[in-house]
Amino acid sequence: MTMKASKVSSFFQKYTMVLALVLVTVFFAWRSGGKTLLPANLNNLIAQNGYVFVLATGMLCCILTGGNIDLSVGSVVCFTAAVGCKLMKAGWAMVPTVLVMLLVGLAIGVFQGFWISKVHVPAFIATLSGMYAFRGFSNIVLQGETVAINNEAFLNVFGGGANCYVPDFLHFLAGPESKLNVTCLVAGIAAVVVFAALTVRKILVQKKLGISQSIIGQIITTVIISAVVIWLTLKLSKLKGIPTVLIWIALVLLIYNYVTTRTAMGRHLYAVGGNEKATALSGVNTRNVYWFAYANIGLLAGLAGILTAARAKGIDPTYGEGYEMDAIASCFIGGASAYGGIGKVSGMIIGATLMGVINQGMRIMAVDTNYQRVVKGIVLLVAVMFDVLSKRQKR
Amino acid sequence: MAKILLEMRNITKTFPGVKALDNVNLQVEEGEIHALVGENGAGKSTLMNVLSGIYPHGTYEGDIVYDGKVCKFSNIKDSEKLGIVIIHQELALVPEMTIGENMYLGNERGHKFAIDWNTTYAEADKYLKMVGLTESSKVQVKTIGTGKQQLVEIAKALAKQAKLLILDEPTSSLNEEDSRALLDLMLGFKKQGMTMIIISHKLNEVAYVADKITVIRDGTTIETIDNRGPEPISEERIIKGMVGREMTNRFPKREGVKVGDILMEVDHWTVHHPLYPERKVVDDVSINVRKGEVVGIYGLMGAGRTELGMSIFGQSYGVNFSGELKIDGQPVKLKKSEADAIKHKIAYVTEDRKGNGLILSQSIKVNTSLANLDSLAKMGVIDQDKEYAVAEEYRDKLKTKTPSVEQLVGNLSGGNQQKVLLAKWMFAEPDIMILDEPTRGIDVGAKYEIYCIINDLAAQGKCVIMISSELPEVLGMSDRIYIMNEGKMVGEMKASEATQESIMAAILKSGRGA
Repeated sequence: MTMKASKVSSFFQKYTMVLALVLVTVFFAWRSGGKTLLPANLNNLIAQNGYVFVLATGMLCCILTGGNIDLSVGSVVCFTAAVGCKLMKAGWAMVPTVLVMLLVGLAIGVFQGFWISKVHVPAFIATLSGMYAFRGFSNIVLQGETVAINNEAFLNVFGGGANCYVPDFLHFLAGPESKLNVTCLVAGIAAVVVFAALTVRKILVQKKLGISQSIIGQIITTVIISAVVIWLTLKLSKLKGIPTVLIWIALVLLIYNYVTTRTAMGRHLYAVGGNEKATALSGVNTRNVYWFAYANIGLLAGLAGILTAARAKGIDPTYGEGYEMDAIASCFIGGASAYGGIGKVSGMIIGATLMGVINQGMRIMAVDTNYQRVVKGIVLLVAVMFDVLSKRQKR
Repeated sequence: MAKILLEMRNITKTFPGVKALDNVNLQVEEGEIHALVGENGAGKSTLMNVLSGIYPHGTYEGDIVYDGKVCKFSNIKDSEKLGIVIIHQELALVPEMTIGENMYLGNERGHKFAIDWNTTYAEADKYLKMVGLTESSKVQVKTIGTGKQQLVEIAKALAKQAKLLILDEPTSSLNEEDSRALLDLMLGFKKQGMTMIIISHKLNEVAYVADKITVIRDGTTIETIDNRGPEPISEERIIKGMVGREMTNRFPKREGVKVGDILMEVDHWTVHHPLYPERKVVDDVSINVRKGEVVGIYGLMGAGRTELGMSIFGQSYGVNFSGELKIDGQPVKLKKSEADAIKHKIAYVTEDRKGNGLILSQSIKVNTSLANLDSLAKMGVIDQDKEYAVAEEYRDKLKTKTPSVEQLVGNLSGGNQQKVLLAKWMFAEPDIMILDEPTRGIDVGAKYEIYCIINDLAAQGKCVIMISSELPEVLGMSDRIYIMNEGKMVGEMKASEATQESIMAAILKSGRGA
């Protein structure tokens, strides 16, 4: 009896935010009469939140090192976008422009990381000054004006304009009269198959090593995630198929999920946040771990700048304001610890999605923007409160 | 017969899934010092938390009868009102604030919105005198040593008009000298009629100071031993109650281990304090270690033992180093890098396992591999299956008690945490292991297991340097003993020829306290 009760409570502890996401999604679908689940709106949800996923991934790495945040990312997004737009206006092609934008982001990250890791300037202050400075630089570069992008290739590849979808080159499989996007369907099914295969492999390895993990739990998780993916692919294939931005988001999330769980650098991020002294005494150069985290978020801010510019088909000096807060909130809602050492990419995905769903739901229901902010603030507080309370009970 | 001041009757306290206390009974007479002993996790601290109201009435079963009345405390304030004051093992002082501010924190003199600082400091000074401190109460706490901080804690308790003082491991961070002073202070308070409960792992101290000793094992009271006879009770007698059997030998024999050639030499080693660079914390120290040898380094708190160990380990403590380090006869170029030390096959196992040793929020597996992660990684990618196998191997070898190596280290007992820490450094495959207080704060059974591990290491031909402030341990485990005082090496003797007296004499002769 108690056994069962504790199992149920630990289930709720683990999946609080997943349940919240389901409830919120169902709530908005109900209140909007199903509008939020229309293919066009799901498509928008992804397109509008591309930058959040990318920035939150970088932010998670910083937060893992000990609750450190990067306040400058919003300004860096604007600055890299400004540089890129100017270059394209001057006639640069897509590839060199994109490379320059990423390099600019990385350089800024390396620069800020230097002060934080080598000179021991508190991250909060180093990035606060970056937040001011790069907002100013953006304005200088843009001379206070909006600069538009008319490089079609750039827009298509990074999710802006009308044709920012993966071309349906598999359409012939279903015949010309089919209205579904076949490539999207095939990609969704392929993703599910690969995912299922990886899960089976993981379970087999666990069995071989004698690790006792709930096999049923893992299968259920896999089935649920697969179902969501299939559902999403079906919806998207009714529209124009896979938005290109989704490819970038997926790429970033997959890479960083791997980095945080499987690589030595990822392990060091957790170790530094868990106990910096112990990590240093284990022979790890902890200062370089900080440097990595901040250089990395600079690079990702560059990518977010690319996505933002493409989505808006241009840039003006106010773009990116508040982006840092969306990224930070996503991490904390997703269960990252404000003291560092705890947090997962999967959790962050849930957090970012939850924020996105709430934003969009309120927009569709035409809630006043000021109230939207109030609700976002409350959601963040409640989410972290749940997290803190559920962990306290455990003790 | 004296009046019973406190009686705890049939206390049962259940946490989800565990019965921490099962029908515990405790009787404390007025004016006595009552010791609570038991292994880690036996329930001593839980019992005291019940008494002081940290676990409020209603969360446990049974009665607390204090001064003839049944008490129902709902928080610490309630119990403090009646004069029950607990001093926790970890000091609860704010280093940046003055002694006086600390003593009256939450108990401010004067008005809440107009603190009377004159009264505060005057009263604080009065209580400081009672505990034998000559410092002014206007000094910042961070400027005085740990021993004195412990006395400040006691003064703080006195300021709360304590009648029943509970001291949880009061000497765990003190050296022998300060510990003895503290115990004598307790005996002084007893003469003035104060009642005290002391929780301690150090059985010699318990035998010295306590009138009665209650042994708790697995959440139940085993026995209460009277210690008012002419002869203090033997430690063996207490241990028997704690572990439920006779411990004939507290230190396992190291048999058939051949001590080989000198592997590491440290010559004229000098280290300066990182904050006060003019101060030498290690002063011209020379030591050497042979293969298969266990070398003990004994010294009082502040003697520079930890500083010596950490500075040898990649200069992880101190500034302005001088001296020479030779491994296998070859001089090693000094670098300020722990990674470099590990490369030279040196390991330093910290005395502060929670602060400097382990990542409590991570699993046993992650902690085990941390110092040698490169050996498990290819191109920066960790081979997780191999990592798991390694963690399992060391769990097996060291008999770490845990359901799985995926268990968070923060959930383990002190003894098991210490084993994880040892596993981590054994996996780094060092030739020279510097163990700093390897048995601090862990129970008798776990200590014995740690000693066995040390013997195994020596048998494998490793050099073991064991830093310890427990004399019996140094004498029982070492082949050779170095004695340090005030940063200097003041003696070296073979363990077979050393006695507690000769070691203390070496320290006294070097100037301090004489």
